[in-house]
Amino acid sequence: MIDVRNLSKSYRVHKRAPGIAAALRSVLRRRYETVKAVEELSFQIAEGERVGFLGPNGAGKTTTLKVLAGLLHPTSGEVRVGSYVPFTRDPRFLKLITLVMGQKQQLLWDLPPADTYAMNRAIYDIPAAQADETVRTLTELLEIGDLINKPTRQLSLGERMKCELVAALLHRPRVLFLDEPTIGLDVSMQAKMREFIRSYNERFGAAVLLTSHYMDDVAALCPRVVVIDRGHLIYDGDLRELVRRVRPDKHVTMRLSKPVERADLERLGTVVSLDAAQAVLSVPGAQASAVVRDALAALPIVDLTIEEPPLEEVMRELFHTRGRAPADLDRAGPGDEQAHA
Amino acid sequence: MNTAADAAPRRPGAAVELARVLRAFPTLLRIGVAEVVAYRAEFLVWILTTNMPLVMLALWHAVAADGPVGRFDQTQFTAYYLGVLAVRLATSNWMAWQMSMEIRDGTLSTKLLRPIHPLYGFAADHLSAIPMRILVVSPIVVALFVTSWDRLARHDPSLVLVLGASLVGAWLLVFFSMVLLGSIAFYVDSAMGPFELWIGVHAIFSGYLIPLEVLPGWARAAADVLPFRFMLAFPVETLVGLLSPGDAARQLAAQWLYVALTGWLALRVWRAGVRRYAAFGG
Repeated sequence: MIDVRNLSKSYRVHKRAPGIAAALRSVLRRRYETVKAVEELSFQIAEGERVGFLGPNGAGKTTTLKVLAGLLHPTSGEVRVGSYVPFTRDPRFLKLITLVMGQKQQLLWDLPPADTYAMNRAIYDIPAAQADETVRTLTELLEIGDLINKPTRQLSLGERMKCELVAALLHRPRVLFLDEPTIGLDVSMQAKMREFIRSYNERFGAAVLLTSHYMDDVAALCPRVVVIDRGHLIYDGDLRELVRRVRPDKHVTMRLSKPVERADLERLGTVVSLDAAQAVLSVPGAQASAVVRDALAALPIVDLTIEEPPLEEVMRELFHTRGRAPADLDRAGPGDEQAHA
Repeated sequence: MNTAADAAPRRPGAAVELARVLRAFPTLLRIGVAEVVAYRAEFLVWILTTNMPLVMLALWHAVAADGPVGRFDQTQFTAYYLGVLAVRLATSNWMAWQMSMEIRDGTLSTKLLRPIHPLYGFAADHLSAIPMRILVVSPIVVALFVTSWDRLARHDPSLVLVLGASLVGAWLLVFFSMVLLGSIAFYVDSAMGPFELWIGVHAIFSGYLIPLEVLPGWARAAADVLPFRFMLAFPVETLVGLLSPGDAARQLAAQWLYVALTGWLALRVWRAGVRRYAAFGG
């Protein structure tokens, strides 16, 4: 469904130092530099897949999404979405996709979302019955009811984002580019949005490419991740495999019936946190079951869970070590790319 | 690298596209009208800022008290400036400003992501303002009828037809000029400087401030070859009976030639500009 081969995108940007003198000099002589936002990026995404697109700020994620959505022309490389070259912006391609940017909205500010939906129905040439049915289905899934008849400016951020999603999905796109769709939303709203995206993906078999700085979004939705840094692909494969490679340890969380000595815990693994009622240990993944057995025998444990380290920690460590060590992370083996939802 | 020719399958023909746009247009206009109504206070204030022709009318009315200026006596000045006010309200738009802003902050992306050419969206936005403008123009037209009934181009059906076509031509010429000006923002940081310059030149050579007939010879010669007269002076002169049917027909042909040229150029510059679009924000 999405085929990206050796995609590069560069920008020519005006550069000048701060201050009045530099401003005056720039009037006479402007200095430009070329910024390589994306370099030789390749990946493919199949129909119905949900893929997380991760990287630190400035990694090139949004640029890549904009190229895929046809907003930007690639500097070099080949991109196809469906059977279309995005930058030609064929109307049939534009009906195939949607791009949701958490910080940009298409809802008409002074009119109710229902008017934006009417406009999109006309622009996308959707039969009235189908549009009505889609609006009804999506508003039910998102639990927004009558909100669509209130002026957009009177809606809360979360309500607006939900209404925005309805507008973006009214034409039932088969490819969803979601750029920070949960930004600024509270935890419960984020969970609802994730549930909705998953439900849409399953119902319509849509491919989803998601960027988010909330790792909970990625962990909940994306069995596969594509990770880029400074425009380069550094990982493409199974999310759990990435976690195992970057942080092969596991977190063992123990609820305690009475306080324990730190030294007793340090014999079992690295102490991540400790208080009177709970202790968290980091232990090598291969030794986790042995550690659990010893802990249950030696400590006053009332409950115990074994978890992967939080994805935020994994990503922090991944980007922290980039450029210094993990050459083996640069690409997952072909087998790693098979475990997709 | 991909080329446009790689896109497959083939795009639908222009007729199919046009039919789709025509189906969408009534809804776009309806939504546009709703937006204008939502911004009605701002809109009316903006309309009030276009009162310069009334100021110029007062000035020229005083000048003509001592005798006509060329073909313009006091009544002719009244007809002319009321005509300028009405035609300007019906045909002007602020799209260069809007385009410049949308290109700079990246909101143009929303229009580019829709399966309809963004210029249709811009056109619908500005056509939607016409009903509200008609409300404002109506008293001016009534005043024009009351003060200048005998001078208006109503006796000759051919002049009435030319007037209708010239108003459409003027709207298109202004629209495409705005696309050209707004597209400058694809290439430089903002199109507002060129837009301000355009407003100044337009005010002189379109007949907005002064009837072209009373300009000095060199300025009048320039006005005759520049496109600005076809945006305003030509429909106004037709309306208030300053043109013979033959002159009006010749000017109409010249106006539509300018429409075709400007439209062709605007679309080329737009297309080239979109390739450079950086889609900032988001």
